[in-house]
Amino acid sequence: MYAQMVKSTGKGVKTREEMSEDERAFQDKIDADTKIEPRDWMPEEYRKTLVRQIGQHAHSEIVGQLPEGNWITRAPTLERKMILLAKVQDEAGHGLYLYAAAETLGVSRDEMTEDLLSGKMKYSSIFNYPTLTWADMGAVGWLVDGAAIMNQVPLQRTSYGPYSRAMIRICKEESFHQRQGYDIMMKMAQGSPEQKRMAQDALNRFWYPSLMMFGPSDADSVHSAQSMAWKIKINTNDELRQKFVDQTVPQAEYLGLSIPDPDLKWNAERGHYDFTEPDWQEFFDVIKGNGPCNTERLGDRTRAWEEGRWVREGLMAHANKRAARIAAE
Amino acid sequence: MADTIDRTALQQFLLRMGDNTLILGHRVSEWCGHAPVLEEDIALANTALDLIGQTQLWLDYAAEVEGAGRSADDLAFLRDVWDFRNVLLVELPNGDFGQTLMRQFLYDAWASIMLGRLQKSADERVREIAEKAAKENAYHVERSADTVVGLGDGTEESHTRMQAALDYLYPYVGELFESDATDAAMVEAGVAPDPAGLREDYDALVGRVMADATLRLPEKAYVHRGGRSGTMHTEHLGHLLCTMQWLQRAYPGCRW
Ligand SMILES: [Fe+2]
Ligand SMILES: [Fe+2]
Repeated sequence: MYAQMVKSTGKGVKTREEMSEDERAFQDKIDADTKIEPRDWMPEEYRKTLVRQIGQHAHSEIVGQLPEGNWITRAPTLERKMILLAKVQDEAGHGLYLYAAAETLGVSRDEMTEDLLSGKMKYSSIFNYPTLTWADMGAVGWLVDGAAIMNQVPLQRTSYGPYSRAMIRICKEESFHQRQGYDIMMKMAQGSPEQKRMAQDALNRFWYPSLMMFGPSDADSVHSAQSMAWKIKINTNDELRQKFVDQTVPQAEYLGLSIPDPDLKWNAERGHYDFTEPDWQEFFDVIKGNGPCNTERLGDRTRAWEEGRWVREGLMAHANKRAARIAAE
Repeated sequence: MADTIDRTALQQFLLRMGDNTLILGHRVSEWCGHAPVLEEDIALANTALDLIGQTQLWLDYAAEVEGAGRSADDLAFLRDVWDFRNVLLVELPNGDFGQTLMRQFLYDAWASIMLGRLQKSADERVREIAEKAAKENAYHVERSADTVVGLGDGTEESHTRMQAALDYLYPYVGELFESDATDAAMVEAGVAPDPAGLREDYDALVGRVMADATLRLPEKAYVHRGGRSGTMHTEHLGHLLCTMQWLQRAYPGCRW
Protein backbone atom coordinates (compact mmCIF):
# COMPACT_ATOMS: atom_id res chain seq x y z
CA MET A 1 0.00 0.00 0.00
CA TYR A 2 1.47 3.31 -1.03
CA ALA A 3 -0.52 5.33 1.49
CA GLN A 4 0.23 4.18 5.01
CA MET A 5 -1.31 5.61 8.14
CA VAL A 6 -3.23 8.45 6.57
CA LYS A 7 -4.84 10.56 9.28
CA SER A 8 -8.45 11.59 8.87
CA THR A 9 -10.48 13.73 11.28
CA GLY A 10 -9.12 12.13 14.40
CA LYS A 11 -12.72 11.89 15.59
CA GLY A 12 -15.02 8.97 15.15
CA VAL A 13 -17.54 8.55 12.38
CA LYS A 14 -20.54 10.81 12.91
CA THR A 15 -23.96 9.27 13.31
CA ARG A 16 -26.66 10.47 10.91
CA GLU A 17 -28.14 12.56 13.69
CA GLU A 18 -24.82 14.34 14.26
CA MET A 19 -24.46 15.18 10.57
CA SER A 20 -25.48 18.47 9.01
CA GLU A 21 -27.86 18.35 6.08
CA ASP A 22 -24.97 18.70 3.61
CA GLU A 23 -23.07 15.94 5.32
CA ARG A 24 -26.06 13.65 5.22
CA ALA A 25 -26.63 14.26 1.51
CA PHE A 26 -22.92 13.68 0.91
CA GLN A 27 -22.93 10.40 2.83
CA ASP A 28 -26.05 9.28 0.96
CA LYS A 29 -24.27 9.80 -2.34
CA ILE A 30 -21.33 7.75 -1.14
CA ASP A 31 -23.55 4.99 0.14
CA ALA A 32 -25.30 4.92 -3.24
CA ASP A 33 -21.88 4.60 -4.94
CA THR A 34 -22.29 7.93 -6.72
CA LYS A 35 -18.85 9.41 -7.40
CA ILE A 36 -17.93 12.68 -5.76
CA GLU A 37 -16.59 15.14 -8.34
CA PRO A 38 -14.31 18.16 -7.77
CA ARG A 39 -17.14 20.73 -7.98
CA ASP A 40 -19.40 18.84 -5.58
CA TRP A 41 -19.77 19.89 -1.99
CA MET A 42 -17.59 17.82 0.34
CA PRO A 43 -16.69 17.99 4.03
CA GLU A 44 -13.42 19.81 4.56
CA GLU A 45 -11.98 16.77 6.34
CA TYR A 46 -12.83 14.52 3.40
CA ARG A 47 -10.90 16.89 1.16
CA LYS A 48 -7.92 17.11 3.52
CA THR A 49 -7.75 13.36 4.08
CA LEU A 50 -7.85 12.75 0.34
CA VAL A 51 -5.10 15.28 -0.32
CA ARG A 52 -2.93 13.49 2.23
CA GLN A 53 -3.72 10.07 0.84
CA ILE A 54 -3.46 10.86 -2.87
CA GLY A 55 -0.41 13.04 -2.24
CA GLN A 56 1.33 10.28 -0.32
CA HIS A 57 0.49 7.86 -3.06
CA ALA A 58 1.82 10.24 -5.73
CA HIS A 59 5.05 10.83 -3.80
CA SER A 60 5.49 7.07 -3.47
CA GLU A 61 5.33 6.67 -7.24
CA ILE A 62 7.96 9.38 -7.66
CA VAL A 63 10.36 8.26 -4.95
CA GLY A 64 9.64 4.72 -6.08
CA GLN A 65 11.48 5.45 -9.31
CA LEU A 66 14.75 5.61 -7.43
CA PRO A 67 15.34 2.07 -6.15
CA GLU A 68 14.63 0.70 -9.61
CA GLY A 69 16.37 3.54 -11.39
CA ASN A 70 19.39 2.34 -9.43
CA TRP A 71 19.60 -0.67 -11.79
CA ILE A 72 18.64 0.78 -15.16
CA THR A 73 22.25 1.50 -16.05
CA ARG A 74 23.26 -2.01 -14.97
CA ALA A 75 20.43 -3.99 -16.56
CA PRO A 76 21.94 -7.19 -17.97
CA THR A 77 20.37 -7.25 -21.44
CA LEU A 78 18.93 -4.71 -23.87
CA GLU A 79 15.49 -6.19 -23.41
CA ARG A 80 15.67 -6.03 -19.61
CA LYS A 81 16.87 -2.47 -19.83
CA MET A 82 13.87 -1.54 -21.98
CA ILE A 83 11.39 -3.30 -19.73
CA LEU A 84 12.81 -1.60 -16.65
CA LEU A 85 12.91 1.81 -18.33
CA ALA A 86 9.31 1.39 -19.42
CA LYS A 87 8.32 0.39 -15.92
CA VAL A 88 9.99 3.32 -14.24
CA GLN A 89 8.48 5.59 -16.86
CA ASP A 90 5.06 4.15 -15.99
CA GLU A 91 5.66 4.95 -12.32
CA ALA A 92 6.44 8.56 -13.17
CA GLY A 93 3.21 8.58 -15.20
CA HIS A 94 1.32 7.26 -12.18
CA GLY A 95 2.77 10.11 -10.16
CA LEU A 96 1.51 12.51 -12.80
CA TYR A 97 -2.06 11.14 -12.80
CA LEU A 98 -2.18 11.19 -9.03
CA TYR A 99 -0.82 14.72 -8.66
CA ALA A 100 -3.43 15.77 -11.21
CA ALA A 101 -6.14 14.06 -9.13
CA ALA A 102 -4.89 15.79 -5.97
CA GLU A 103 -4.79 19.14 -7.78
CA THR A 104 -8.55 18.91 -8.33
CA LEU A 105 -8.78 19.27 -4.54
CA GLY A 106 -7.11 22.67 -4.63
CA VAL A 107 -3.47 21.92 -3.87
CA SER A 108 -0.73 22.35 -6.48
CA ARG A 109 1.90 19.82 -7.44
CA ASP A 110 4.65 22.27 -6.48
CA GLU A 111 3.15 22.71 -3.00
CA MET A 112 2.97 18.95 -2.52
CA THR A 113 6.55 18.59 -3.74
CA GLU A 114 7.76 21.17 -1.24
CA ASP A 115 5.88 19.29 1.49
CA LEU A 116 7.54 16.04 0.46
CA LEU A 117 10.99 17.57 0.54
CA SER A 118 10.43 19.27 3.89
CA GLY A 119 9.32 15.95 5.34
CA LYS A 120 5.79 17.20 6.02
CA MET A 121 4.31 14.67 3.62
CA LYS A 122 5.38 11.04 3.53
CA TYR A 123 5.88 8.33 0.95
CA SER A 124 5.72 4.57 1.34
CA SER A 125 8.27 3.08 3.72
CA ILE A 126 9.18 0.40 1.18
CA PHE A 127 11.21 2.76 -0.98
CA ASN A 128 13.66 3.38 1.83
CA TYR A 129 15.12 -0.08 1.38
CA PRO A 130 18.12 -0.57 -0.91
CA THR A 131 18.18 -2.53 -4.16
CA LEU A 132 21.40 -4.51 -3.99
CA THR A 133 21.31 -7.10 -6.75
CA TRP A 134 19.55 -7.59 -10.06
CA ALA A 135 17.16 -10.01 -8.35
CA ASP A 136 15.84 -7.02 -6.42
CA MET A 137 14.29 -5.81 -9.69
CA GLY A 138 12.39 -9.06 -9.68
CA ALA A 139 11.47 -8.86 -6.02
CA VAL A 140 10.29 -5.26 -6.29
CA GLY A 141 8.02 -6.02 -9.25
CA TRP A 142 6.72 -9.21 -7.75
CA LEU A 143 6.27 -8.13 -4.13
CA VAL A 144 6.12 -4.34 -4.09
CA ASP A 145 3.97 -3.89 -7.16
CA GLY A 146 2.07 -6.97 -6.01
CA ALA A 147 1.30 -5.37 -2.65
CA ALA A 148 0.42 -2.10 -4.35
CA ILE A 149 -2.08 -3.89 -6.59
CA MET A 150 -3.69 -5.53 -3.57
CA ASN A 151 -4.44 -2.09 -2.27
CA GLN A 152 -5.19 -0.32 -5.51
CA VAL A 153 -7.63 -2.73 -7.10
CA PRO A 154 -10.30 -2.00 -4.47
CA LEU A 155 -9.48 1.73 -4.68
CA GLN A 156 -10.75 1.71 -8.27
CA ARG A 157 -14.15 1.86 -6.56
CA THR A 158 -13.20 4.72 -4.27
CA SER A 159 -15.74 7.52 -3.84
CA TYR A 160 -13.70 10.38 -5.28
CA GLY A 161 -14.11 10.39 -9.08
CA PRO A 162 -10.68 11.65 -10.17
CA TYR A 163 -8.91 9.29 -7.73
CA SER A 164 -10.98 6.33 -8.86
CA ARG A 165 -10.26 7.05 -12.52
CA ALA A 166 -6.54 7.44 -11.84
CA MET A 167 -6.58 4.08 -10.06
CA ILE A 168 -8.25 2.36 -13.01
CA ARG A 169 -5.52 3.54 -15.37
CA ILE A 170 -2.77 2.69 -12.89
CA CYS A 171 -3.98 -0.81 -12.04
CA LYS A 172 -3.71 -1.97 -15.63
CA GLU A 173 -0.03 -1.10 -15.70
CA GLU A 174 0.73 -2.42 -12.24
CA SER A 175 -0.30 -5.94 -13.14
CA PHE A 176 2.20 -5.83 -16.02
CA HIS A 177 4.87 -4.76 -13.59
CA GLN A 178 4.12 -7.59 -11.27
CA ARG A 179 4.28 -10.16 -14.04
CA GLN A 180 7.55 -8.76 -15.32
CA GLY A 181 8.99 -8.85 -11.81
CA TYR A 182 7.92 -12.42 -11.35
CA ASP A 183 9.49 -13.29 -14.68
CA ILE A 184 12.83 -11.91 -13.51
CA MET A 185 12.54 -13.95 -10.31
CA MET A 186 11.80 -17.04 -12.37
CA LYS A 187 14.89 -16.57 -14.51
CA MET A 188 17.01 -16.00 -11.42
CA ALA A 189 15.53 -18.90 -9.48
CA GLN A 190 16.15 -21.24 -12.40
CA GLY A 191 19.57 -19.80 -13.14
CA SER A 192 23.10 -20.32 -11.88
CA PRO A 193 23.80 -20.92 -8.18
CA GLU A 194 24.74 -17.25 -7.83
CA GLN A 195 21.50 -16.15 -9.46
CA LYS A 196 19.52 -18.42 -7.12
CA ARG A 197 21.36 -16.93 -4.21
CA MET A 198 20.48 -13.42 -5.39
CA ALA A 199 16.82 -14.42 -5.74
CA GLN A 200 16.60 -15.89 -2.24
CA ASP A 201 18.50 -12.96 -0.77
CA ALA A 202 16.12 -10.51 -2.44
CA LEU A 203 13.11 -12.33 -1.02
CA ASN A 204 14.73 -12.39 2.41
CA ARG A 205 15.26 -8.64 2.39
CA PHE A 206 11.95 -7.60 0.80
CA TRP A 207 9.50 -9.94 2.51
CA TYR A 208 8.89 -8.07 5.75
CA PRO A 209 9.18 -4.59 4.27
CA SER A 210 6.50 -5.67 1.76
CA LEU A 211 4.21 -6.76 4.60
CA MET A 212 4.79 -3.35 6.19
CA MET A 213 3.47 -1.66 3.06
CA PHE A 214 -0.08 -2.26 4.28
CA GLY A 215 0.59 -0.33 7.47
CA PRO A 216 0.09 -1.47 11.07
CA SER A 217 -3.15 -3.08 12.11
CA ASP A 218 -5.92 -0.50 11.87
CA ALA A 219 -8.86 -2.60 12.88
CA ASP A 220 -9.55 -0.24 15.78
CA SER A 221 -8.38 2.99 14.19
CA VAL A 222 -10.78 5.94 14.08
CA HIS A 223 -8.98 7.24 10.99
CA SER A 224 -9.70 4.03 9.17
CA ALA A 225 -13.32 3.89 10.25
CA GLN A 226 -13.94 7.37 8.86
CA SER A 227 -12.02 6.66 5.67
CA MET A 228 -13.97 3.47 5.17
CA ALA A 229 -17.28 5.26 5.71
CA TRP A 230 -16.18 7.73 3.03
CA LYS A 231 -15.00 4.88 0.78
CA ILE A 232 -11.53 6.24 0.39
CA LYS A 233 -10.34 3.12 2.12
CA ILE A 234 -12.05 -0.12 1.22
CA ASN A 235 -10.38 -2.83 3.30
CA THR A 236 -8.52 -2.90 6.60
CA ASN A 237 -4.76 -3.18 6.51
CA ASP A 238 -4.88 -6.64 8.06
CA GLU A 239 -7.31 -7.92 5.45
CA LEU A 240 -5.08 -6.77 2.64
CA ARG A 241 -1.92 -8.10 4.28
CA GLN A 242 -3.51 -11.52 4.74
CA LYS A 243 -4.65 -11.54 1.13
CA PHE A 244 -1.15 -10.66 0.02
CA VAL A 245 0.43 -13.45 2.07
CA ASP A 246 -2.11 -15.97 0.81
CA GLN A 247 -1.43 -15.01 -2.76
CA THR A 248 2.34 -14.83 -2.48
CA VAL A 249 3.23 -18.01 -0.61
CA PRO A 250 2.29 -20.38 -3.45
CA GLN A 251 4.13 -18.14 -5.89
CA ALA A 252 7.30 -18.40 -3.80
CA GLU A 253 6.87 -22.17 -3.64
CA TYR A 254 6.56 -22.31 -7.40
CA LEU A 255 9.85 -20.43 -7.65
CA GLY A 256 11.48 -22.85 -5.24
CA LEU A 257 12.27 -20.02 -2.84
CA SER A 258 11.55 -20.00 0.86
CA ILE A 259 9.71 -17.23 2.68
CA PRO A 260 11.92 -16.08 5.57
CA ASP A 261 9.34 -16.93 8.22
CA PRO A 262 9.78 -20.21 10.14
CA ASP A 263 6.28 -19.88 11.57
CA LEU A 264 4.53 -19.52 8.27
CA LYS A 265 1.98 -22.30 7.85
CA TRP A 266 -1.39 -23.02 6.33
CA ASN A 267 -4.24 -22.77 8.79
CA ALA A 268 -7.00 -24.98 7.43
CA GLU A 269 -9.48 -23.75 10.00
CA ARG A 270 -9.09 -20.12 9.00
CA GLY A 271 -8.50 -20.93 5.35
CA HIS A 272 -5.47 -18.61 5.45
CA TYR A 273 -1.77 -18.75 6.12
CA ASP A 274 -0.58 -17.88 9.62
CA PHE A 275 2.48 -15.70 9.45
CA THR A 276 4.81 -13.61 11.59
CA GLU A 277 4.05 -9.90 11.77
CA PRO A 278 6.82 -7.61 10.63
CA ASP A 279 8.88 -5.74 13.20
CA TRP A 280 6.69 -2.66 13.70
CA GLN A 281 9.43 -0.85 15.57
CA GLU A 282 11.51 -1.03 12.41
CA PHE A 283 8.54 0.31 10.45
CA PHE A 284 8.18 3.33 12.76
CA ASP A 285 11.93 3.93 12.54
CA VAL A 286 11.75 3.98 8.75
CA ILE A 287 8.71 6.29 8.79
CA LYS A 288 10.59 8.64 11.11
CA GLY A 289 13.43 8.89 8.64
CA ASN A 290 15.79 6.23 9.93
CA GLY A 291 15.40 3.63 7.19
CA PRO A 292 18.49 2.44 5.34
CA CYS A 293 17.92 4.82 2.40
CA ASN A 294 15.76 7.69 3.67
CA THR A 295 18.63 10.16 3.47
CA GLU A 296 19.59 9.08 -0.05
CA ARG A 297 16.05 9.05 -1.40
CA LEU A 298 15.04 12.45 -0.08
CA GLY A 299 18.49 13.78 -0.90
CA ASP A 300 18.11 12.66 -4.52
CA ARG A 301 14.69 14.25 -4.82
CA THR A 302 15.85 17.46 -3.18
CA ARG A 303 18.87 17.70 -5.46
CA ALA A 304 16.72 17.08 -8.54
CA TRP A 305 14.35 19.83 -7.42
CA GLU A 306 17.08 22.35 -6.51
CA GLU A 307 19.28 21.68 -9.52
CA GLY A 308 16.24 21.78 -11.77
CA ARG A 309 15.16 25.22 -10.60
CA TRP A 310 17.01 27.08 -13.35
CA VAL A 311 15.40 24.82 -15.93
CA ARG A 312 11.89 25.41 -14.64
CA GLU A 313 12.52 29.14 -14.40
CA GLY A 314 14.10 29.26 -17.84
CA LEU A 315 11.23 27.47 -19.54
CA MET A 316 8.72 29.61 -17.68
CA ALA A 317 10.50 32.82 -18.70
CA HIS A 318 10.53 31.67 -22.31
CA ALA A 319 6.82 30.83 -22.25
CA ASN A 320 6.09 34.31 -20.87
CA LYS A 321 8.25 35.99 -23.52
CA ARG A 322 6.47 34.09 -26.24
CA ALA A 323 3.06 34.93 -24.88
CA ALA A 324 4.09 38.60 -24.74
CA ARG A 325 5.38 38.50 -28.31
CA ILE A 326 2.17 36.93 -29.56
CA ALA A 327 0.09 39.50 -27.65
CA ALA A 328 2.14 42.33 -29.19
CA GLU A 329 1.50 41.11 -32.74
CA MET B 1 21.32 -7.52 -49.64
CA ALA B 2 23.53 -8.32 -52.58
CA ASP B 3 26.43 -10.63 -51.78
CA THR B 4 28.80 -8.35 -53.56
CA ILE B 5 28.81 -5.92 -50.66
CA ASP B 6 31.78 -5.69 -48.37
CA ARG B 7 30.30 -7.33 -45.27
CA THR B 8 32.97 -5.99 -42.95
CA ALA B 9 32.13 -2.47 -44.05
CA LEU B 10 28.40 -3.10 -43.68
CA GLN B 11 28.92 -4.50 -40.20
CA GLN B 12 31.02 -1.46 -39.26
CA PHE B 13 28.32 0.86 -40.55
CA LEU B 14 25.66 -0.96 -38.52
CA LEU B 15 27.84 -0.82 -35.42
CA ARG B 16 28.22 2.91 -35.89
CA MET B 17 24.46 3.34 -36.01
CA GLY B 18 23.75 0.93 -33.15
CA ASP B 19 26.55 2.10 -30.89
CA ASN B 20 25.39 5.70 -31.23
CA THR B 21 21.91 4.80 -30.03
CA LEU B 22 23.19 2.39 -27.39
CA ILE B 23 25.59 4.81 -25.75
CA LEU B 24 23.30 7.82 -26.02
CA GLY B 25 20.36 5.77 -24.74
CA HIS B 26 22.45 4.67 -21.80
CA ARG B 27 23.50 8.22 -21.00
CA VAL B 28 19.94 9.48 -21.14
CA SER B 29 18.79 6.62 -18.91
CA GLU B 30 21.20 7.82 -16.22
CA TRP B 31 18.71 10.66 -15.57
CA CYS B 32 15.97 8.35 -14.41
CA GLY B 33 14.19 9.85 -11.40
CA HIS B 34 16.38 12.96 -11.28
CA ALA B 35 14.97 15.32 -13.92
CA PRO B 36 13.95 18.92 -13.10
CA VAL B 37 10.24 18.21 -13.63
CA LEU B 38 8.17 15.07 -13.79
CA GLU B 39 7.27 15.58 -17.44
CA GLU B 40 10.98 15.68 -18.29
CA ASP B 41 11.60 12.46 -16.38
CA ILE B 42 8.95 10.80 -18.48
CA ALA B 43 10.25 12.29 -21.71
CA LEU B 44 13.86 11.32 -20.98
CA ALA B 45 12.87 7.76 -20.13
CA ASN B 46 10.88 7.66 -23.33
CA THR B 47 13.83 8.89 -25.38
CA ALA B 48 16.16 6.35 -23.77
CA LEU B 49 13.62 3.62 -24.40
CA ASP B 50 13.33 4.48 -28.09
CA LEU B 51 17.10 4.63 -28.48
CA ILE B 52 17.66 1.27 -26.83
CA GLY B 53 14.90 -0.17 -28.99
CA GLN B 54 16.67 1.13 -32.08
CA THR B 55 19.92 -0.32 -30.76
CA GLN B 56 18.37 -3.75 -30.62
CA LEU B 57 17.49 -3.50 -34.31
CA TRP B 58 20.84 -2.14 -35.49
CA LEU B 59 22.93 -4.53 -33.41
CA ASP B 60 20.79 -7.55 -34.27
CA TYR B 61 21.52 -6.83 -37.89
CA ALA B 62 25.19 -6.11 -37.20
CA ALA B 63 25.51 -9.46 -35.43
CA GLU B 64 23.76 -11.21 -38.27
CA VAL B 65 26.03 -9.66 -40.88
CA GLU B 66 29.04 -10.55 -38.77
CA GLY B 67 27.88 -14.16 -38.82
CA ALA B 68 30.00 -15.20 -35.84
CA GLY B 69 27.10 -16.42 -33.75
CA ARG B 70 27.07 -13.35 -31.53
CA SER B 71 23.82 -11.66 -30.46
CA ALA B 72 22.98 -7.97 -30.11
CA ASP B 73 23.43 -8.42 -26.34
CA ASP B 74 26.89 -9.92 -26.88
CA LEU B 75 27.83 -6.89 -28.92
CA ALA B 76 26.46 -4.47 -26.36
CA PHE B 77 27.73 -6.13 -23.22
CA LEU B 78 30.89 -7.98 -24.19
CA ARG B 79 32.92 -5.64 -26.37
CA ASP B 80 35.59 -3.40 -24.93
CA VAL B 81 36.11 0.28 -25.68
CA TRP B 82 38.22 -0.15 -28.81
CA ASP B 83 35.47 -2.09 -30.58
CA PHE B 84 32.83 0.59 -30.06
CA ARG B 85 32.03 2.73 -33.09
CA ASN B 86 29.86 5.51 -31.68
CA VAL B 87 30.80 9.15 -32.18
CA LEU B 88 32.47 10.80 -29.20
CA LEU B 89 29.55 13.22 -28.81
CA VAL B 90 27.20 10.58 -27.39
CA GLU B 91 29.62 9.22 -24.80
CA LEU B 92 30.27 12.61 -23.20
CA PRO B 93 28.91 12.92 -19.67
CA ASN B 94 25.41 14.28 -19.07
CA GLY B 95 26.51 17.41 -17.25
CA ASP B 96 23.52 19.49 -16.23
CA PHE B 97 20.09 19.14 -17.81
CA GLY B 98 20.98 21.81 -20.36
CA GLN B 99 24.07 19.96 -21.53
CA THR B 100 22.09 16.72 -21.82
CA LEU B 101 19.40 18.36 -23.92
CA MET B 102 21.93 20.22 -26.07
CA ARG B 103 23.76 16.95 -26.78
CA GLN B 104 20.41 15.35 -27.53
CA PHE B 105 19.47 18.06 -30.00
CA LEU B 106 22.85 18.00 -31.76
CA TYR B 107 22.43 14.24 -32.17
CA ASP B 108 18.69 14.29 -33.00
CA ALA B 109 19.24 16.89 -35.71
CA TRP B 110 21.85 14.68 -37.35
CA ALA B 111 19.72 11.55 -36.92
CA SER B 112 16.69 13.23 -38.46
CA ILE B 113 18.65 13.87 -41.65
CA MET B 114 20.53 10.57 -41.65
CA LEU B 115 17.41 8.48 -41.04
CA GLY B 116 15.60 10.37 -43.78
CA ARG B 117 18.31 9.37 -46.26
CA LEU B 118 18.49 5.80 -44.98
CA GLN B 119 14.83 5.32 -45.81
CA LYS B 120 16.01 5.27 -49.41
CA SER B 121 18.73 2.70 -48.73
CA ALA B 122 19.27 -0.15 -51.17
CA ASP B 123 19.32 -2.47 -48.17
CA GLU B 124 15.81 -3.46 -47.15
CA ARG B 125 16.65 -4.10 -43.49
CA VAL B 126 18.33 -0.72 -43.19
CA ARG B 127 15.29 0.87 -44.79
CA GLU B 128 12.94 -0.79 -42.32
CA ILE B 129 14.96 0.15 -39.28
CA ALA B 130 15.34 3.72 -40.50
CA GLU B 131 11.62 4.01 -41.09
CA LYS B 132 10.77 2.99 -37.56
CA ALA B 133 13.57 5.06 -36.01
CA ALA B 134 12.65 8.13 -38.07
CA LYS B 135 9.16 8.18 -36.60
CA GLU B 136 10.57 8.16 -33.08
CA ASN B 137 13.26 10.64 -33.96
CA ALA B 138 10.76 13.13 -35.37
CA TYR B 139 9.32 13.42 -31.90
CA HIS B 140 12.74 13.55 -30.23
CA VAL B 141 14.10 16.31 -32.40
CA GLU B 142 11.01 18.43 -32.01
CA ARG B 143 11.21 18.11 -28.26
CA SER B 144 14.95 18.64 -27.88
CA ALA B 145 14.84 21.63 -30.25
CA ASP B 146 11.97 23.18 -28.26
CA THR B 147 13.84 22.70 -25.02
CA VAL B 148 17.05 24.18 -26.41
CA VAL B 149 15.07 27.19 -27.63
CA GLY B 150 13.16 27.50 -24.35
CA LEU B 151 16.28 27.42 -22.23
CA GLY B 152 18.45 29.43 -24.60
CA ASP B 153 15.84 32.17 -24.77
CA GLY B 154 14.80 31.83 -21.12
CA THR B 155 16.47 33.54 -18.17
CA GLU B 156 19.96 34.93 -18.11
CA GLU B 157 21.13 31.91 -16.17
CA SER B 158 19.55 29.39 -18.51
CA HIS B 159 20.96 31.25 -21.51
CA THR B 160 24.48 31.25 -20.04
CA ARG B 161 24.28 27.54 -19.26
CA MET B 162 23.02 26.65 -22.72
CA GLN B 163 25.72 28.70 -24.40
CA ALA B 164 28.33 26.92 -22.26
CA ALA B 165 26.84 23.56 -23.25
CA LEU B 166 26.96 24.45 -26.92
CA ASP B 167 30.55 25.70 -26.66
CA TYR B 168 31.59 22.48 -24.95
CA LEU B 169 29.77 20.11 -27.28
CA TYR B 170 30.16 21.74 -30.65
CA PRO B 171 33.74 20.53 -31.26
CA TYR B 172 32.31 16.98 -31.14
CA VAL B 173 29.78 17.66 -33.90
CA GLY B 174 32.25 17.56 -36.79
CA GLU B 175 32.91 13.84 -36.36
CA LEU B 176 29.34 13.09 -37.48
CA PHE B 177 30.29 14.26 -40.97
CA GLU B 178 33.65 12.59 -41.45
CA SER B 179 33.91 10.10 -44.30
CA ASP B 180 36.27 7.12 -44.58
CA ALA B 181 36.62 3.89 -46.56
CA THR B 182 33.67 2.31 -44.76
CA ASP B 183 31.44 5.18 -45.80
CA ALA B 184 32.75 5.01 -49.35
CA ALA B 185 31.81 1.32 -49.47
CA MET B 186 28.32 2.13 -48.15
CA VAL B 187 27.84 4.86 -50.73
CA GLU B 188 29.05 2.52 -53.46
CA ALA B 189 26.57 -0.16 -52.41
CA GLY B 190 23.75 2.37 -52.09
CA VAL B 191 23.30 1.45 -48.41
CA ALA B 192 24.00 4.82 -46.82
CA PRO B 193 24.80 8.38 -47.85
CA ASP B 194 28.18 10.02 -47.60
CA PRO B 195 28.17 11.63 -44.12
CA ALA B 196 29.79 14.77 -45.50
CA GLY B 197 26.72 15.25 -47.68
CA LEU B 198 24.47 15.73 -44.65
CA ARG B 199 26.32 18.78 -43.41
CA GLU B 200 24.47 21.42 -45.34
CA ASP B 201 21.02 20.34 -44.16
CA TYR B 202 22.38 19.94 -40.65
CA ASP B 203 23.87 23.41 -40.54
CA ALA B 204 20.62 24.88 -41.80
CA LEU B 205 18.55 23.10 -39.15
CA VAL B 206 20.94 23.75 -36.28
CA GLY B 207 21.44 27.34 -37.37
CA ARG B 208 17.70 27.96 -37.32
CA VAL B 209 17.22 26.47 -33.87
CA MET B 210 20.23 28.26 -32.37
CA ALA B 211 18.99 31.56 -33.77
CA ASP B 212 15.61 31.00 -32.09
CA ALA B 213 17.46 30.04 -28.94
CA THR B 214 19.53 33.25 -29.15
CA LEU B 215 22.67 31.10 -28.96
CA ARG B 216 25.86 31.69 -30.90
CA LEU B 217 27.45 28.81 -32.81
CA PRO B 218 31.18 28.67 -32.19
CA GLU B 219 33.14 29.66 -35.27
CA LYS B 220 35.77 27.32 -36.66
CA ALA B 221 35.26 24.77 -33.91
CA TYR B 222 37.99 22.19 -33.58
CA VAL B 223 36.90 18.66 -34.53
CA HIS B 224 37.46 15.91 -31.97
CA ARG B 225 37.41 12.53 -33.65
CA GLY B 226 38.23 8.90 -33.01
CA GLY B 227 34.90 7.41 -31.92
CA ARG B 228 33.33 6.19 -35.14
CA SER B 229 36.69 4.85 -36.33
CA GLY B 230 37.37 3.36 -32.89
CA THR B 231 40.92 4.70 -32.86
CA MET B 232 40.55 6.90 -29.80
CA HIS B 233 37.50 7.19 -27.56
CA THR B 234 37.27 9.56 -24.60
CA GLU B 235 38.08 8.34 -21.10
CA HIS B 236 34.37 8.50 -20.33
CA LEU B 237 33.38 5.47 -22.38
CA GLY B 238 35.33 3.00 -20.27
CA HIS B 239 33.50 4.08 -17.13
CA LEU B 240 30.16 3.87 -18.87
CA LEU B 241 30.96 0.30 -19.97
CA CYS B 242 32.07 -0.62 -16.44
CA THR B 243 28.56 0.11 -15.28
CA MET B 244 26.63 -1.12 -18.28
CA GLN B 245 28.48 -4.40 -18.72
CA TRP B 246 29.09 -5.27 -15.10
CA LEU B 247 26.52 -8.01 -14.60
CA GLN B 248 27.33 -9.78 -17.85
CA ARG B 249 31.03 -9.64 -17.05
CA ALA B 250 30.75 -10.66 -13.40
CA TYR B 251 28.36 -13.56 -14.06
CA PRO B 252 29.19 -14.74 -17.58
CA GLY B 253 26.95 -17.08 -19.48
CA CYS B 254 23.82 -16.56 -17.40
CA ARG B 255 20.30 -16.08 -18.69
CA TRP B 256 18.61 -13.00 -17.30
FE1 LIG C 1 2.89 2.68 -9.86
FE1 LIG D 1 4.35 -0.33 -10.65
